[in-house]
Amino acid sequence: MKNKIQEIQNLALQIRKHALKMTHSGQSSHIGSILSCTDILATLYGGVLNFDPNNPKFNNRDRFILSKGHAGAGVYAALAESKFFSPNELNNHYKNGSIFSGHVSHKGVPGVELSTGSLGHGLGVGCGISYFAKINKKSFKTYVVMSDGELDEGSIWEAAMFAAHFKLDNLIAIIDCNKLQSLDTTKNTINLEPLEEKWKAFNWDVVKLDGHNISNLLSELLKARSSKKPLCLICDTIKGKGVSFMENQVLWHYKPPSKDDLDSALKEIEKK
Amino acid sequence: MRNTFVDELLNIASHNNKIMLLTGDLGFGVMEKFQEQLPNQFLNCGVAEQNMTAIASGLAMSGMIPFTYSIGNFPTFRCLEHIRNDVAYHKLSVKIVSIGSGFSYGQLGMSHHATEDLSVMRSIPELSVYSPASKDEVKQITKNIIEKDGPAYLRLDKSVGITGINSQNFNFEKATSFMKGDEITVISIGAISEEVYDACNALKKESISCDFLSVHSLKPIDKDSILKSIKKTKKVITIEEHSIIGGLGSTISEICSEECIELLKFKRMGLKDEFSSVVGDQDFLRKYYEIDSKSIYNEIIKLIKN
Repeated sequence: MKNKIQEIQNLALQIRKHALKMTHSGQSSHIGSILSCTDILATLYGGVLNFDPNNPKFNNRDRFILSKGHAGAGVYAALAESKFFSPNELNNHYKNGSIFSGHVSHKGVPGVELSTGSLGHGLGVGCGISYFAKINKKSFKTYVVMSDGELDEGSIWEAAMFAAHFKLDNLIAIIDCNKLQSLDTTKNTINLEPLEEKWKAFNWDVVKLDGHNISNLLSELLKARSSKKPLCLICDTIKGKGVSFMENQVLWHYKPPSKDDLDSALKEIEKK
Repeated sequence: MRNTFVDELLNIASHNNKIMLLTGDLGFGVMEKFQEQLPNQFLNCGVAEQNMTAIASGLAMSGMIPFTYSIGNFPTFRCLEHIRNDVAYHKLSVKIVSIGSGFSYGQLGMSHHATEDLSVMRSIPELSVYSPASKDEVKQITKNIIEKDGPAYLRLDKSVGITGINSQNFNFEKATSFMKGDEITVISIGAISEEVYDACNALKKESISCDFLSVHSLKPIDKDSILKSIKKTKKVITIEEHSIIGGLGSTISEICSEECIELLKFKRMGLKDEFSSVVGDQDFLRKYYEIDSKSIYNEIIKLIKN
C-alpha cells in the first residue's frame, strides 16, 4: 500500500510537471483547475481504474469521464504516463493541427471516453453507461470528475436524480471542490452550500474528504460497498495546488504560465 | 404517425434487444404497449430532456440503439447542446424523435409548435434529418435509421400525412415523386405534403402539370432528383410547415445557387420570420399562415401565369 501511494504521488508529480509545461508551451488557460484535480486523477489512473493501454476499448474497462473538460491537459498527461501514447506527444497540446485541444477530446486520443468542455454533460452520460452496465450485469464502474462551479448547471441535478432513482451503485461522482470558479468564489457566485446535504437529499451516499490526501482518496475509492446508492465524493481541494503563487488564486483559472512562472513552479513542485 | 412509429419500433425491437425507447415522460396512450412488452428496452427518463439525451449517449456508447422520444421542441431545442456535443460529435447511434411537427399541436400554443427544428438540426454535423410524408414512410424510415449507423433526427407529424398513395417505390436515399409534370417543380417535406398533393391534383384538373417531389430526407438530400426536375421546369416552389429560414426552402435555394441554375421563378412557402401565436388547430393554422392547399394552389397559379 505504501509503495502504491508513493507510486501515485509520483504520478501526480509527473502530471503536474506535464500540465505546467503544456499550459506554458501552449499559452493555455486552466492550470489552476488542472492542479486542483491532479491528485484525484493520479489516484484514479495510478490505483483505481481498470484499463489497458494496449486495448483501450476492452469491454470490461472502467469508464472515466472528465466532466470538467477544461482540465483536459491533466487527463492527457495521466494517459501518457499510463502508456496510452508517448509523453512526447504532449508537446503538441494546443498547437495548430494537434489532437490535444484545451478541453478534453476523444478524437484520435486513445483512452478518452467522452469529449467534454461544456460543463454539465459528463454525469448524465455516465448515468447512461452505468444504467447499461447495471441492467446487463457488467462489473465495471463509471467515474465522473466534476468541478464545483459545474454544479451550477441544472443538467447535473437531472442526472443526480436519475442515478439515485435507478440505484446506480456502480456510478461514482467525484467533485473537485476548490471553491473558486471562473470569476469569483463559488460562495459569492451561486452558493452551493450545504453541498453535502444536497447530495444526501438527492439520495446519494456522500463522503467528504481531502482531495489531496492520496491515501484517503485511494481507500475511499477502493472500499467495498454494499449500499445501492450512487456514491459522491466531495473532495476538498485547492485551486492551483502545489504551486504556492497559484494556490487559491482565481487569476490562474485563465492565466497561462510565463517562462518565469514555469521555472519557479517546476522548482517548487520538484522540491516537495 | 406516432402510433405507426411506436408499432413499427416495437415490431423491430422485439427482434433486436439493442433498441431502447427513452421518453421524456410523454406518449400517453402510445407508450404503454412498448413498456408492457419490452420493459427492459423502455426507459422513462422523466421530464428532463437534457439528461435523457445524455443517458441515450451513454447507452449508445455501450452499443445500444436508443430512441429519445418527446414532442415539439423538447427533444431538440431543450437539449440541443447534448445532441451536438454528446451525440453528434461522438457519432453515436442515438435516434431523436419528435412528435408534433409544425402546427400538429395547434391549440397548445407557440411553445408546442416545432417550426425551426429542421433548420437547426440540419446544421449539426453527422446528424441525418428525416421527415416522412405518410404513415408508410414512417415505417420505412424507422427501419432504415436503425440499420444506418450514427445519429438521426426523425420529425413526425401528429396527423397521418398523405393517404391513398402506394409507397412501394419508396427509396430511403431518394426523394419521392408523387406526381410527374413539367411546368413547375413543387417540393415539400413531411405531412404538409398532404396539402401540396391536393393542390397539385386541383391544378392537374386545370391542365397545369406539376412535378411534385416529397423530400423525406432533408439531410442527406437527394440532389440528383431535385436538380433533374428543376433543370427541366426552371420554376420552383417549396412548401414546409416550418419557418422559411433554414429548412427545406433554404436547402433547395442553396442547391440551386451552388449549381448556378438560372431560374425563372423561386418561391418558399412556410412560416415567415415570425412566431405562430394565433390559437387554432392544425388545419386552421395552415390556412392562417397560408400553407394550406388553397394557398399553395393560388401561389402556383401565380408563378405559372405571371
